[in-house]
Amino acid sequence: MKLIIAIIQPHMLENVKKELYSRDVNLLSVSEVIGHGRQKGINEMYRGHKETGNMLRKIRLEIAVNDNFVKPTVDAILQGARTGEIGDGKIFILPLEECIRIRTGETGKEAIG
Amino acid sequence: MKKLLFFLSTMVLCFSSGLFAIEEITRKINSGDTAWVLISTALVMLMTPGLAFFYGGMVRKKNILSILMQCFTMIALISIHWVLLGYSLSFSNGNKFLGSLNWLGLMNIGLGSGPYSDTIPHLIFVMFQGMFAIITPALMIGTFIERMKYKFFILFSLLWATFIYAPVCHWVWAKDGWLASLGALDFAGGTVVHINAGFSALAIAILLGQRKNTTLGPTPHNLTYTLLGTALLWFGWFGFNAGSALAANSLAANAFLVTNTAAAAAAISWIIVEWIFSGKPTTLGMATGAVAGLVAITPASGFVDVIGSIIIGALVSPICFFMISFVKNIFKYDDSLDVFGVHGIGGVVGALLTGIFANPAINEAGKGMLFGNPGQFGIQLISVISVIAYSFIGTIIIFKLLNLFIRARVTDKEEAIGLDLTEHNERAYTLVD
Repeated sequence: MKLIIAIIQPHMLENVKKELYSRDVNLLSVSEVIGHGRQKGINEMYRGHKETGNMLRKIRLEIAVNDNFVKPTVDAILQGARTGEIGDGKIFILPLEECIRIRTGETGKEAIG
Repeated sequence: MKKLLFFLSTMVLCFSSGLFAIEEITRKINSGDTAWVLISTALVMLMTPGLAFFYGGMVRKKNILSILMQCFTMIALISIHWVLLGYSLSFSNGNKFLGSLNWLGLMNIGLGSGPYSDTIPHLIFVMFQGMFAIITPALMIGTFIERMKYKFFILFSLLWATFIYAPVCHWVWAKDGWLASLGALDFAGGTVVHINAGFSALAIAILLGQRKNTTLGPTPHNLTYTLLGTALLWFGWFGFNAGSALAANSLAANAFLVTNTAAAAAAISWIIVEWIFSGKPTTLGMATGAVAGLVAITPASGFVDVIGSIIIGALVSPICFFMISFVKNIFKYDDSLDVFGVHGIGGVVGALLTGIFANPAINEAGKGMLFGNPGQFGIQLISVISVIAYSFIGTIIIFKLLNLFIRARVTDKEEAIGLDLTEHNERAYTLVD
């Protein structure tokens, strides 16, 4: 089992969802995050004063999958979120120790799908 | 039976003579003028909540309630202070510098017209001026955001209203005020309201010190509030300036026209200056420009014509922008939301330019330098300098004295947590529903 975390551009979310659904990946969590990459965001100016809060809005996806779903999920995110410009984001893949469905108490493989 | 008839006829007589008395004192009162000043008073009242949102949008979200609380507190506090004490000290006959206690608690005012206008009830003049007395100290809230103790704020505001606002108001607007006798022109409060609040704010900013962990600029959490507040201010300012004619007449119409025109010109010129010096035109800049224009036209609105108002509006924004973006950074005073930079400086610009552009064709009471009366500029200069000196030094004295007894500034930890929680036990926006 793996936990896939992806940081993507907010406006690419709908695209990524479409690609995920087409590959049968139907469970995901989405959160709004702020941050920046190597280009260090955009400076904000208020009445001529430069603000240090140069954070850009991003979307963070968390998807827990069984091993055979890792490749389709990564493909879907690459396909859906890539514009080729700076700021498209990153994908992180982490090993997942356990997964428990709260409603039934199922664990492991069954609980993920 | 006879007794009863006698009693009834006496009753009728008393009643009709009572009616007659009211008719006598209200004889000259004009319903059109009264209606306009009633409405103007309500318009000016709305400016203080408008200011609350104008400022509230510019602070971090942990402090917005403290701004709303302070602005609304000011309405409540000064409304009472004004009718009990403030109005009497400001407008009753006393000496050149301060009124007397003749109108304490609005005693001796009655229902008729007063010395400041024959055509409206004295009571509505009291209310109209009361709204000015509320918004003036409320303007200063923008300078001490995010770091002043609420208790200090309340006591300071009451002292300031008594010892700074009332005397300055008396100098400029009372029948026997020394600046009024000198011929200083201030139609709706360039000196009394904006210079007074602006330079007091500068004194507070210096005494209170900088906010922690931020730049000297505003740190907005919701500029949509700020723009909403700007709309309310702009709208209310029609009452502020056009209402100051105290009549529904051509002078009010001119004040209305030049108020809107100057605000528009200043909004445009701020956008241009900002585009050149900061790279991008901003909503906050546009809003700031509009307010600066409204400030600058305030003393001039009953004296200048429409061309004068465009020039005043176009000039005020670059000057305020320069003060806020450059001068503030050099001297490092944390006038957080630019009360000094916009109201103090904008007020000086407006008051001085009134001495240049006052057109006797608009109002024979004011003849500026351009119309053959260079002396007027000198009189304006005297009024500006004396109000600056009094409010700046007076504020320092009040602040220091009060600070001997109670603390003015929250602790560093309270500042980091935010005043909404530490001063008021509340949060504006919750994380969980």
